[in-house]
Amino acid sequence: MTSHSKKAGLFDLRLIIALLFGVYGVVLTITGAGFTTAEEIQKAAGINVNLWAGLGMLVTAAIFVVWAKARPVVVPSEFADDADGVGEPGH
Amino acid sequence: MIELAKSSEPLLDASWLDYTLLGVYFVLVLGIGFLARRSVSSSLDFLLSGRSLPAWVTGLAFISANLGALELLGMTANGAQHGIATVHYYWIGAIPAMVFLGLVMMPFYYGSKVRSVPEFLRRRFGPGAHLVNALSFAVAQVLIAGVNLFALALIMNALLGWSISVSIVIAAAVVLAYTTLGGLSAAIYNEVLQFFVIVAALLPLTIIGLTKVGGWQGLVDKVSASVGGPEQLSAWPATGLTGIADATLSVIGLVFGLGFVLSFGYWTTNFAEVQRAMSAKSMSAAKRTPIIGAYPKVLIPAVIVIPGMIAAVAVPEITALKQGAGAEGVEYNHAIMYLMRDLLPNGFLGVALAGLLASFMAGVAANVSSFNTVFTYDLWQSYVRKDRPDEYYLRVGRLATVGGMVVAIFTALIASGYGNIMDYIQTLFSFFNAPLFATFILAMFWKRMTPAAGWIGLVAGTLAAVAVDRLVAAEVLSLTGQGPAFVGAGAAFVVDILVSVAVSLVTKPKPDKELVGLVYSLTPKADRAHSVTGEDAGWYRSPAVLGAGVLGLTVVLSLLFI
Repeated sequence: MTSHSKKAGLFDLRLIIALLFGVYGVVLTITGAGFTTAEEIQKAAGINVNLWAGLGMLVTAAIFVVWAKARPVVVPSEFADDADGVGEPGH
Repeated sequence: MIELAKSSEPLLDASWLDYTLLGVYFVLVLGIGFLARRSVSSSLDFLLSGRSLPAWVTGLAFISANLGALELLGMTANGAQHGIATVHYYWIGAIPAMVFLGLVMMPFYYGSKVRSVPEFLRRRFGPGAHLVNALSFAVAQVLIAGVNLFALALIMNALLGWSISVSIVIAAAVVLAYTTLGGLSAAIYNEVLQFFVIVAALLPLTIIGLTKVGGWQGLVDKVSASVGGPEQLSAWPATGLTGIADATLSVIGLVFGLGFVLSFGYWTTNFAEVQRAMSAKSMSAAKRTPIIGAYPKVLIPAVIVIPGMIAAVAVPEITALKQGAGAEGVEYNHAIMYLMRDLLPNGFLGVALAGLLASFMAGVAANVSSFNTVFTYDLWQSYVRKDRPDEYYLRVGRLATVGGMVVAIFTALIASGYGNIMDYIQTLFSFFNAPLFATFILAMFWKRMTPAAGWIGLVAGTLAAVAVDRLVAAEVLSLTGQGPAFVGAGAAFVVDILVSVAVSLVTKPKPDKELVGLVYSLTPKADRAHSVTGEDAGWYRSPAVLGAGVLGLTVVLSLLFI
């Protein structure tokens, strides 16, 4: 039990993903809005990919945050049960 | 790739902005290693994530572990060269096997609480088959990790002008840092992160590419008018892909060779994959792992095969290559890099680079994190030092990670001396996987199969595959394309089954009571069932429902592209 209760502290991966896409989203959106040249947009078939991908990543980050808040990581006792196989029938 | 590596001009003009975005990614990858370290307190935590991960995490890691260098570059290359038929590698070559693994085999893997695929063989057959499999797996993983590292270094050299040896050492150091710190949890968490970065890089690239060639209809028109012609827009009969000229035989070769033997062999017995499911937190989550992974696997050709096809009509170098007039050093393997060069502005280019690097590191980390488990539990603990306290094996696990990585650096340097080592390793790998699948099927469903049949069948199957390979090399059998691999795998499978049955009939089986939980007929139904309460409740978490759903989706998509 003691070794497993630590696992409750295992960070929530969804927030890490949100962090990455949040940072990428902000940087790309700013780059796209202010610093992407007409020539670069031309190169990408007329799409301002920095701006649109940036906005898309901000939305993705928001979805992960909402998910993580709505369904937080479960309490340690359940982890311990299943890790020991106690939660399974037949063990 | 080697020729490209020697060209002095980097392919991409990366700015400080791109490097910054790449740097952010590296910081997070290492951060995950440090954070995961806190949760490691036993060898099981380190080598099998303490069997505690939720199904969506292990499911995405299951796919990501496979989305390595060979996959990303190789499948865009296939898309450029063969067109739509490349989807067979996904729809025929992966989905049925992944569903089979989840529904049929996982109850034995997870239910028997073994810690690795070789350990299952030891419980079922004893030391003979175990040692054969553990050794061949450990060696293959280190070799493949080396090839992945080398491929990564070549790409960094070509794209950004970094030197080969510096790239190898940097990539190895990063992967080593997070896998040694956080063990399998860190590797799996990073694989999930990598999955999202790869998709975030490939999806916009595909959309821009499609816009550039005039949408889907534009792509259809341009591919039809190109060298491959309209056949490249339909999945069947894929004669170009198989190298089998007769349409009927080509379909049989695909379904039996790729769809059955090769893909079932790879997905159901390759520990680098199965390990992800073994680390799930419950039987239900373990069964769902490969099936959840199957959903993105069905859809991912859209952002891998289509970019390849776009490159074949939009990138001048690849178009010339397809017409048989390729410039020195241009290969289909470079398709996606040329596409990045032609389409992406600074900024998003950094994200695409991170995605590409992510895919390479995912492959290396999967090799190393499965190697250290097999080394620690199946070689060191089984044959060298038994009965030590768990802290000892945790330490061995960490040292094995470092050792495996150092050896991989050297195999990467050896690999740099050979141009076609990737094909070579792939062939080698199919030598071991096809017979392994045959042995597993018999082992799980036929209690009469004996320990002697376990290892003799494996060896005979491998020899059969080697024989086919040699016959092709000596031009006794004339096969091109993927033909030799399909035929070799088929031969290995059939020979393994025949030899195993023959040997079983004349040798002594294990008593029934030692096989409970390992063989279908001797395992009570309750032991194979999964809980349906708490986190495993709900029809949408039922492995059978999810499995049927992904098979249905595959059939619908296959009919659309027939």
